[in-house]
Amino acid sequence: MIGMRKSKVFLQIVVHAILLIGAFTMLLPFIWMVSTSFKLSSEIYVFPPRWIPKNPTLKNYVDLFSSINFGRPFLNTVIVAFSITFLSVLLSSMAGYAFAKFKFKGRDKLFFLILATLMVPGQMTMIPVFLLLRYLGLLNTYTGLILPGAVSVFNIFFMRQFITTIPNDLIEAARIDGARESYIFFKIILPLSKPALTTISIFTFTGSWNSFLWPLIIAQDERMYTLPVAVSVLAGQYGENIAIQMAGSCVVITPILIFFLFAQRYFIKGIALTGLKG
Amino acid sequence: MRTNVFWISVFVGPALILLLIFLIIPIFASLYLSLTDFNVFALTDWSRAKFIGFRNFYELFQDELFWKALFNTFYCLIVAMPVTVTLSLLNAVLLNREQTRFKNFFKICFFLPFVTNTVAIAIVWSWILNPSYGILNWFLGLFGIKGPNWLGDPIWAMPSIIMLVVWKAVGYNTLLLLAGLQNIPDFLYEAAELDGASSWQKFWYITLPMLRPTMLFITTMMIIGYLQLFEEPYMLTQGGPLNSTLSVVLYLYRQGFKFFKLGYASSIAVVLFLMIAALALLRLRLSRQD
Repeated sequence: MIGMRKSKVFLQIVVHAILLIGAFTMLLPFIWMVSTSFKLSSEIYVFPPRWIPKNPTLKNYVDLFSSINFGRPFLNTVIVAFSITFLSVLLSSMAGYAFAKFKFKGRDKLFFLILATLMVPGQMTMIPVFLLLRYLGLLNTYTGLILPGAVSVFNIFFMRQFITTIPNDLIEAARIDGARESYIFFKIILPLSKPALTTISIFTFTGSWNSFLWPLIIAQDERMYTLPVAVSVLAGQYGENIAIQMAGSCVVITPILIFFLFAQRYFIKGIALTGLKG
Repeated sequence: MRTNVFWISVFVGPALILLLIFLIIPIFASLYLSLTDFNVFALTDWSRAKFIGFRNFYELFQDELFWKALFNTFYCLIVAMPVTVTLSLLNAVLLNREQTRFKNFFKICFFLPFVTNTVAIAIVWSWILNPSYGILNWFLGLFGIKGPNWLGDPIWAMPSIIMLVVWKAVGYNTLLLLAGLQNIPDFLYEAAELDGASSWQKFWYITLPMLRPTMLFITTMMIIGYLQLFEEPYMLTQGGPLNSTLSVVLYLYRQGFKFFKLGYASSIAVVLFLMIAALALLRLRLSRQD
């Protein structure tokens, strides 16, 4: 009996040790980033590495927002990420509702066609869309950054799957009571779809905050850079100044990290949901 | 009936118009562009682009850099996929044990890299991988190992990139596998226990087969995602040293948006699409045979 208990304790220790090593590997880059971002440049090239800065300084962050003007890309990213999320969630749930609850000719064929595009990598549409936006004079504009991301096939699919599970009786009853279609959508469908709406909102927001290749192509000068583009340019221009690069990375990463920590329940639930449905 | 048509167009119209403009038409436009010599001169005057049939593809298959990029991309996929699956499965199984404590803490830690901006964290990684002052080589040094010049060495550059790729992907896949594990009904394990099955047998004959749908999903997503490798090499190595980390999408970006050879770049995009479609379908076919 005692031998049994001992081996169980041993197993518990091994399991937690493995998980702790894993968790530590995940956290380490963040800790190192934050620590370095508060160092003076004289303290960067110290060996062995110093985990806690001797003379912590805010200089890097001050430089970032004064001489390098990181404020503008920050604002751009906020504008772009919120607009994309709002438009994509609204348009996708409207379309998802139509595909789930209205009967019309060719509906399923159309839906399948749209779904098939999920296999097409974004790089394939990137070049024609770039040419189109260039032709329309929309390069280097918010419209160019936002509009191509304003609707997502995955979100339409996800909303359709969810709305299909809402009983038809609810909708029929409202129609018999003389409710307008817009009323049904905003007052019945959307409130009942809250879990799905939360999921696609947080994933769309995170995705557009982190998006890189598209803004890299569309934003032609500093005024229209988003944070990921700005920080990539920073790494090129300030190759030697590691501390300011770490501060820049910190500014890009932290807002989403805080958002994640507050909404982690929904992230984790959403992952399970998207995985099972997909 | 009339109102029905009206409301259908109101609900589905805006999304459909945007999809047409930014997705469906561009897919066909891209196919067409790949058959033209659209270059920097055509940028200002589209009529300058000539139809040249399959010449781009012909050139592409003789382009050594493209083959190099193809090789590197598959190198990443073939190494990163099994490593990601193994680590994620290990984490998921450990997190699924009833006796494991602090589950939520671990889940959050593992998931952090996934929501993190790749470009920004790649900058941090290039600092971690710095041969003289990076913490990775410092850590290896504690054990008397002299770490390589990670990103500067053609042999080690790709493994360094794979490290970052796997680091980012493990958390997401762990959560998916964990959801898959939680869907396996308990009675299967209980029945196996009655038959005297060992833990290993239970894992091999119940857990793994029951995880098949989740595995299919995550491996398909990995094929699609890893073949589009771009941000990591763009930030860490710019494709170097000696093109040892040049990926297909990085090559596409260079041809298209550095040299504005948009016709040629489109042919790369078409090949990328065909590869992704073929591999994803192959993966599906394999799972049906099981």
